[in-house]
Amino acid sequence: MLDLYKPQTVDEVLPIVEAALEAKSPLEVLGRASKRALGRPSQTAAGLDLSELSGVTLYEPEELVLQALPGTPMAEIQGLLDENRQIMAFEPPDFGALLGGVSDQGSLGGALACNLAGPRRLKSGAARDHFLGVEGVSGRGEFFKAGGRVVKNVTGYDVMKLLAGSYGTLAVMTQITIKVLPRPEKTYSLLLFGLDHHGARTAMARALQSPHEVSAAAHLPAGLSGASTVSYVKDSGSSVTAIRVEGPGPSVQHRSDSLRRELSDLAESEILHSHNSLTFWREIGNLHPLCGETQRRVWRLSMPPAQSGAVAERLLEAFPSADLLFDWGGGLLWLGLPPSEDDNHASVRSALGSDNGHATLFKAPETLRAAVPVFQPQAPALQSLSQRIKGSFDPAGILNPGRLYQDY
Amino acid sequence: MRMPDPDQKVIASKSEIVQALSRIVPGEGVIADADELRAYESDGLTAYKQPPLIAVLPETTQQVSQVMAFCKEKGIKIVPRGAGTSLSGGALPLADGILLGMGKFNRILEIDYENLCVVTQPGVTNLGITHAVEGDGFYYAPDPSSQIACTIGGNVAENSGGVHCLKYGLTTNNLLGLEMVTIDGEILRIGGKQMDSAGYDLLGLLTGSEGLLGVVTEIIVRILKKPETARALLVGFPSAEAAGDCVATIIGNGIIPGGMEMMDRPAIHAAEDFVAAGYPREAEALLIIELDGPQVEVDHLIDQVSSISRDNGANSIQVSNNEEERLRFWAGRKAAFPAVGRISPDYYCMDGTIPRRALPLVLRRMREMSDHYGLDCANVFHAGDGNLHPLILYDANKPGELDKAEAFGADILKLCVEVGGVLSGEHGIGVEKRDLMGEMFSEADLKQQQRIKCAFDPQSLLNPGKVFPQLHRCAELGRLHIRGGKIPFPELPRF
Repeated sequence: MLDLYKPQTVDEVLPIVEAALEAKSPLEVLGRASKRALGRPSQTAAGLDLSELSGVTLYEPEELVLQALPGTPMAEIQGLLDENRQIMAFEPPDFGALLGGVSDQGSLGGALACNLAGPRRLKSGAARDHFLGVEGVSGRGEFFKAGGRVVKNVTGYDVMKLLAGSYGTLAVMTQITIKVLPRPEKTYSLLLFGLDHHGARTAMARALQSPHEVSAAAHLPAGLSGASTVSYVKDSGSSVTAIRVEGPGPSVQHRSDSLRRELSDLAESEILHSHNSLTFWREIGNLHPLCGETQRRVWRLSMPPAQSGAVAERLLEAFPSADLLFDWGGGLLWLGLPPSEDDNHASVRSALGSDNGHATLFKAPETLRAAVPVFQPQAPALQSLSQRIKGSFDPAGILNPGRLYQDY
Repeated sequence: MRMPDPDQKVIASKSEIVQALSRIVPGEGVIADADELRAYESDGLTAYKQPPLIAVLPETTQQVSQVMAFCKEKGIKIVPRGAGTSLSGGALPLADGILLGMGKFNRILEIDYENLCVVTQPGVTNLGITHAVEGDGFYYAPDPSSQIACTIGGNVAENSGGVHCLKYGLTTNNLLGLEMVTIDGEILRIGGKQMDSAGYDLLGLLTGSEGLLGVVTEIIVRILKKPETARALLVGFPSAEAAGDCVATIIGNGIIPGGMEMMDRPAIHAAEDFVAAGYPREAEALLIIELDGPQVEVDHLIDQVSSISRDNGANSIQVSNNEEERLRFWAGRKAAFPAVGRISPDYYCMDGTIPRRALPLVLRRMREMSDHYGLDCANVFHAGDGNLHPLILYDANKPGELDKAEAFGADILKLCVEVGGVLSGEHGIGVEKRDLMGEMFSEADLKQQQRIKCAFDPQSLLNPGKVFPQLHRCAELGRLHIRGGKIPFPELPRF
């Protein structure tokens, strides 16, 4: 990348895209550039840095709506929400440390463009589920808007869903409206010690099938629990399976006690209270246990939760030194591998199995991300449809070309 | 309502089309008789009627695929239909089109408690899914009021909501996967039992696309464990403003009730006359607030909500102490539409969403419109999320009254947009609100949406005439207009 365009106002975005279109010169679209190391490396002549388009433009806590410019720091939004006892319920993770940079650098635009979600995904959905409205400039050099600023809206196609997770390949977002929700009054977590993968899955499944409104369920094998800063976890010397409940005080007390009783046949347990519980889940969401060894490659595998035990077994067979971290009740498996396994990437996807979810090469050096399909290859019919959708927004391929898939 | 000009060549070749379709769907799956076709001539928006050229009722995904491929080859339009309960005319047939009825896809294929999901065919009713799992204590959360009749396939097409969607989300938030057939006859699997997928979120795009992008043949929905208990409050207020303030304070205090409904005085009276639910007749506005969850949480929140209600000037508060009472509180709200139907020969149910704080203004302006048009209006309102359902009372037998009711309805929707809201909260655009899309979207906004349509259906054969006020040819929409932007700051920082 040679040139970096840094528009100071929303109005300056359109002419930059128009000029790029005329010159057929692709742009790398950036929020605050904290997640540049995610996805396929793109080859572009210029960067379009949206970090100056920053600021909350509307926030009505009682309407559960917040609107901001794309480069607004997530930290700023979270601070504002915190003052009003509200949150982004998808629990946006911060991968700054994992990806080799600094924490707390991300933007709202980046969080939505990558559609990431933290541990609360299994109860409250991902970024996509809270994305109410958008304004932006398509790769055609045209300004458009979609959605609205109310929490219930079925007027026209849900274009926001397409933009969430599009990694900036469809449009340059210039304004974003999201749904926000009250911050739970209390957060407790039940910790179960010493379970293996199968035992952990049994515990998480039973918790998720209970009426106790579990808002997160994760499992740290013994090799990773020592990396936590929460002493109950760090000093356990064993695997830790964690189940979170949130809500009003009396309810959280009741539900965590019930879960502890109902799962008492499986393992010894402990209950983490608010502060420790918050720290623990931040660590899980941000993959703190996998941040230590900087050379470690990290894969993200999303699958039907009940498959996680069998997939983990196949992975450990193929990669005996692998580190595994289970989130989303087993629906999300993070896999840490040493660089010596770089040539064996196909084994990761074959351990997952076909039609069984998808695997993403989440953290790896640029050369490896250029050589390996970072995102799960698609069935041919889905791929050509996706390519046509890309074409409907960006026919000349000037926005983040190749960031998702080689061909679009 | 202007629909795309019928293709006379297609109409003229009806018998050949019937023959070809009968080879794909044998037995009684192809309907061509004028009397029988009348059963499909309208959906829940009964003001519009148009029998289809032919109705086809396939039973397998393969048959759907072959019907689609055949229609694409011959250039024949297709209108998909579930149970036909759409309130926006989403399943209104075309004179030169095939009505593709998905009612025979009525089986639940798999109940998977380990992955907390149900795999179902699209013709199963919304309530049918809950019925299949409630014996084990589970349910499917979105609950549109037509849930006894409407199909889950239709719910996907319309992204249906319901009274519980503030807490539990719309259809789109409760889906995991789909199997769909494209207009080319291609069968695609999107998503699965996992929580997300690689690539563009086609699952999210398809949901709420009103049958314009593909025909869904299988659906994977998320199920939830039933809350331990639910209790409701019935709270009367001297004004809509006070009720609105109460809703805002509840949410501002961090409470998201399972359901929070508002009714205005005309709706309260109509409902009370009909089912005697014990609603306070003197109230100008009534809130039904339901809290669900563990007993200890529900009791705790009932106390908080009662006290917030008192602080906001409630003049009556009833709290349900058993299931019978809770159901009685809901009985009036659930019967609100038929109750209004009793006091008026016809009513027109509108649907729009507003920022809640605009409620007093919107209600006042609606009263003015009511005077202007000389038609009464009763309001029920999903208060938590700002979704209004004004019921406009009219008599179709009085000349001009339907036109007046429609004009009144259009004015209400324009008002919703004017105050920062949207044309539809849950009923969809269909034909009903198609020509109002320009109130909310610019030409460029609509063209971008239509380009997405072109990526799926370049000949515009799937449900044409719905959602978009103007049909543009895809070739014209696809053309790039390069204007050559002038970058405002020539001195560019370099890496």
